[in-house]
Amino acid sequence: MHGWIQESGLKKKKLMFEKEKESIGITGEIAEDSYLEKKYSRSSLYKDALKRLRRNKLAMLGLAIVIALILIALFAPLLAPYDPIARIKADSSLAPSSVHLFGTDLLGRDIFSRVIYGSRISIEVGIIAVGISVIIGLFLGALSGYFGNIPDTVIMRIADIFFAFPYILGAIAIMTVLGPGVINIFIAIGILGWASFARIFRSSILTIKNKEYIEAARALGASNYRIITKHIFPNAFAPIIVYATMNIGTAIIVEAALSFLGLGVQPPTAAWGKMLAESLDYIDIAPWMMVFPGLAIVITVLGFVLLGDGLRDAFDPKLR
Amino acid sequence: MNDNKLLEVKNLKKYFNLRSGFLSQRFSGSVKAIDGISFFINKGETFGLVGESGCGKSTTARVILRLTNPTEGEVIYNNINIFKISSREMFKVRREIQIIFQDPYASLSPRMTVGDIIGEPYEIHSIGNRQERTKKVKNLLKVVGLNPEHINRYPHEFSGGQRQRIGIARALALTPKIILCDEPVSALDVSVQAQILNLMSSLQKEFDLTYLFIAHDLSVVKHVSDRVGVMYLGKIVEIAKSEDLYEKPLHPYTMGLLSAVPIPDPQLERQRKRIILQGDVPSPLNPPSGCRFHPRCPNAQEICSIEEPQLKNYSEDAGEHLAACFFAGKPI
Amino acid sequence: MDSSGNNKILEVNNLKTYFYTDGGIVKAVDGVSFDLKVMETLGIVGETGSGKSVTALSILRLIPQPPGKIVEGEIIFDGKNILDMDKKELQDFRGNKISMIFQDPMTSLNPVFTIGNQLMEAILAHKKITKKECREESYRLLELVGIPDIKRRFESYPHEFSGGMRQRVMIAMAIANSPSILIADEPTTALDVTIQAQILELMDELKEKTKSSIIIITHDLGVVAKYADRVMVMYAGRPVEFSQVDNIFYNPLHPYTIGLMKSIARLDHGKNEKLKPIEGTPPSLIDLPEGCVFRVRCEYAEDECKSQYPPLSEIEPGHFVSCFRAKEFLSGSLVRNK
Ligand SMILES: Nc1ncnc2c1ncn2[C@@H]1O[C@H](COP(=O)(O)OP(=O)(O)OP(=O)(O)O)[C@@H](O)[C@H]1O
Ligand SMILES: Nc1ncnc2c1ncn2[C@@H]1O[C@H](COP(=O)(O)OP(=O)(O)OP(=O)(O)O)[C@@H](O)[C@H]1O
Ligand SMILES: [Mg+2]
Ligand SMILES: [Mg+2]
Repeated sequence: MHGWIQESGLKKKKLMFEKEKESIGITGEIAEDSYLEKKYSRSSLYKDALKRLRRNKLAMLGLAIVIALILIALFAPLLAPYDPIARIKADSSLAPSSVHLFGTDLLGRDIFSRVIYGSRISIEVGIIAVGISVIIGLFLGALSGYFGNIPDTVIMRIADIFFAFPYILGAIAIMTVLGPGVINIFIAIGILGWASFARIFRSSILTIKNKEYIEAARALGASNYRIITKHIFPNAFAPIIVYATMNIGTAIIVEAALSFLGLGVQPPTAAWGKMLAESLDYIDIAPWMMVFPGLAIVITVLGFVLLGDGLRDAFDPKLR
Repeated sequence: MNDNKLLEVKNLKKYFNLRSGFLSQRFSGSVKAIDGISFFINKGETFGLVGESGCGKSTTARVILRLTNPTEGEVIYNNINIFKISSREMFKVRREIQIIFQDPYASLSPRMTVGDIIGEPYEIHSIGNRQERTKKVKNLLKVVGLNPEHINRYPHEFSGGQRQRIGIARALALTPKIILCDEPVSALDVSVQAQILNLMSSLQKEFDLTYLFIAHDLSVVKHVSDRVGVMYLGKIVEIAKSEDLYEKPLHPYTMGLLSAVPIPDPQLERQRKRIILQGDVPSPLNPPSGCRFHPRCPNAQEICSIEEPQLKNYSEDAGEHLAACFFAGKPI
Repeated sequence: MDSSGNNKILEVNNLKTYFYTDGGIVKAVDGVSFDLKVMETLGIVGETGSGKSVTALSILRLIPQPPGKIVEGEIIFDGKNILDMDKKELQDFRGNKISMIFQDPMTSLNPVFTIGNQLMEAILAHKKITKKECREESYRLLELVGIPDIKRRFESYPHEFSGGMRQRVMIAMAIANSPSILIADEPTTALDVTIQAQILELMDELKEKTKSSIIIITHDLGVVAKYADRVMVMYAGRPVEFSQVDNIFYNPLHPYTIGLMKSIARLDHGKNEKLKPIEGTPPSLIDLPEGCVFRVRCEYAEDECKSQYPPLSEIEPGHFVSCFRAKEFLSGSLVRNK
């Protein structure tokens, strides 16, 4: 209760602070255009954020990695010198050379080509699985935050249960039930990830829900659907973008781990985790089999994390 | 009494129940944000509602708009009890009752252009097509003194005073009969305040508007209001015509409030004897017994802490000057 | 007290504080000069963004640097230029000789320490006394600022206090070392009307008791009328008028002040008195117009105003105005528009 009084006081204070930081008053007639133009250079949250992002070198590195990765995945057939699953017996376990940049594996497959093709699975899993998490998370988070009461309690308690579960263990459990396969990886990782998105979205909604522009829309007769989609979503999206970017990195690691454990992508498809698993017994004789897919995972995850970190700072410079 | 009433609030109550506990959500007390208030607003007039922070002014506006459900009581608009009608009927009524908020920064969605913001009422109520709406919006921008060419700008590209104009334009879009103004100028600089107040009064004449004007600034309320109600801790303690209230306040709280406001006139201030009310505003979670003002009241007697005074008419002429005090009119 | 005396405690000369931002140089304070006398209350008024807070922060050398920088001027306190002080001198000086109360009592108190804790810390920063003496001193201060039930309140946390009580605590901290000057930057804006009155009265009483001076920054012309002895009106980073309070209210000589006086809603005026807002817009502090900064909004502007900035000059004894036409207002040859 007391908190309420304070809050209303605070609100007023904040207002007085921000209020009219740059006051322009006009009466009856219209303010000089040129003047306005100068004073308020056109910008918005997203544009400002982009500007800050550009200045952040690490984030730009992350962005470069992510873009490169997406291009590699898209143009894999053009970039890969060999068929990633074609076995060339004669070439088995070759060390890196000018013919096979990253060497070959036991079955004589070109590791460079397999790493390139492997990016496809990682990107797919990253984007689709996180996409599933985001969609479930947004839906449940919106229900929870906007309507409160019973939906809120139920959804948040379920989210708590998901939180209590270690991510990888959960994924292993689901994969064991569903059986291995790419689609099932999407489902497993997607289902496991929703809780954080729901929480983040719920808390954004809770802060936005009581904003006066929402009340204004309700006073005009706007429906719940309209309020959620037109007023709340656009304003609650920034933290979701940040978290999703970082989460893609996590999803890629989990996929690699599942494939490593034999629960994910099935042979002969090229997947980095699987490649790591295959390399395990030959670390001594063919270390390149492990090094290159390993590096690929590390660089990819780093790229997403750096970008996500940069986005967070860009959206909220005060956080730094 | 007269049939000129556009809006009437009868014994309105709004309690916020506080809950604690994890799953059980136990009831742990209620904030009596408004606790049985009654007033009416005549067509075409401005009714001022003043009081300190947390006394329930905004809650009153929100309940009238049915943005939150009342605990008890009625709001009669144009002979319709708006709590009794279906949400479909309420949707129609919403065209006629609009609101302007205090915070020109929080009351406009930062991701919508001015055109979308002011055009939203038309969209919600399916009025006109795209072109017609754009024309209407541009027209409204002109009415509130903004450049129609700024229709595609975002709110942050405007100053506080200009944003408040945008909020006013949105409220005007559906040609309402009554506008609830929740501290429309409190966040603005004095010179900008004057601009907005002037705009509001010219709009009132032009569109035949009725205002409920909520504020904590007594000078501003005096400047705009025909009649004024004074609230303290969820109750109305005095209602009167503006001149009567400011010249012959009857309730000691009104007197204290008036006395606390310094007048921008140094010589007058030097002569003026001020009474400074002591103490803080009590918590609405457990308001004082009897008259809620009694712990701070210099005139308080024993009865004040036992019995709650009701609003009574003390007018010397045919008018109405209501005060809820056992010793109404006694100077403090 | 007459204006000639040697009882100046603070003198600010041609102070300029700029902020170097991405958008350009913000000339937040651009040539402010004033003085403060012993036991005087000086009011600083002006539109938001006119540089009031930056002026106050400059006096205490609290300007965040970068982006801010005091680029020019002197601030003489007790014969010493504050701008020449080194870190150690400054520390000794802040809170001890001059202290400040901010608008926001919520953010100025640390939520994780008790009120008593923070108050004692403020005292011990400048006094070498024992814990026990310090505690007693704190009780005395809390009593002085009118906090009831002190012993219990001493152990409370800021969130357990109302806004008014918090501001009282802030005042107690500010006067703990009996400073000669108390700067209050909108000390009551966040408070309720009746609480505002309490706090302002308290400050006024304390000023009498401790024989100190007050600089009060406010939007509220009523507060100025009631408490200030002299007033500085600021516009776009510069003082446009500086004089006795009566002059400012009854004989304003700068068009901005004249406009301001006509634009306020007053408790002693009726409903039908039309407000007269100041037309136009304040300039951006980044590229100020040539000549007088108020020129574009001024009803009385002439050609002369375009070419140079009118210096702040003493038009009549003790009445400083920065307007080429101030003399005409004074003599009555130029009549203020209704
Ligand atoms: N949703 C809510 N839940 C709990 N308490 C609430 C809620 N909304 C308002 N209150 C409480 O109801 C009381 C009245 O609040 P209201 O916002 O109406 O005050 P107000 O008069 O508008 O104040 P202000 O001048 O600060 O705007 C306050 O004590 C507030 O804390
Ligand atoms: N840290 C900063 N960086 C850049 N500009 C600043 C900074 N601090 C203040 N300013 C600018 O300096 C100018 C003067 O600000 P100041 O806070 O002194 O205004 P004020 O008169 O106190 O206004 P208010 O009445 O709103 O408190 C403003 O234009 C402001 O934007
Ligand atoms: Mg309110
Ligand atoms: Mg300030």
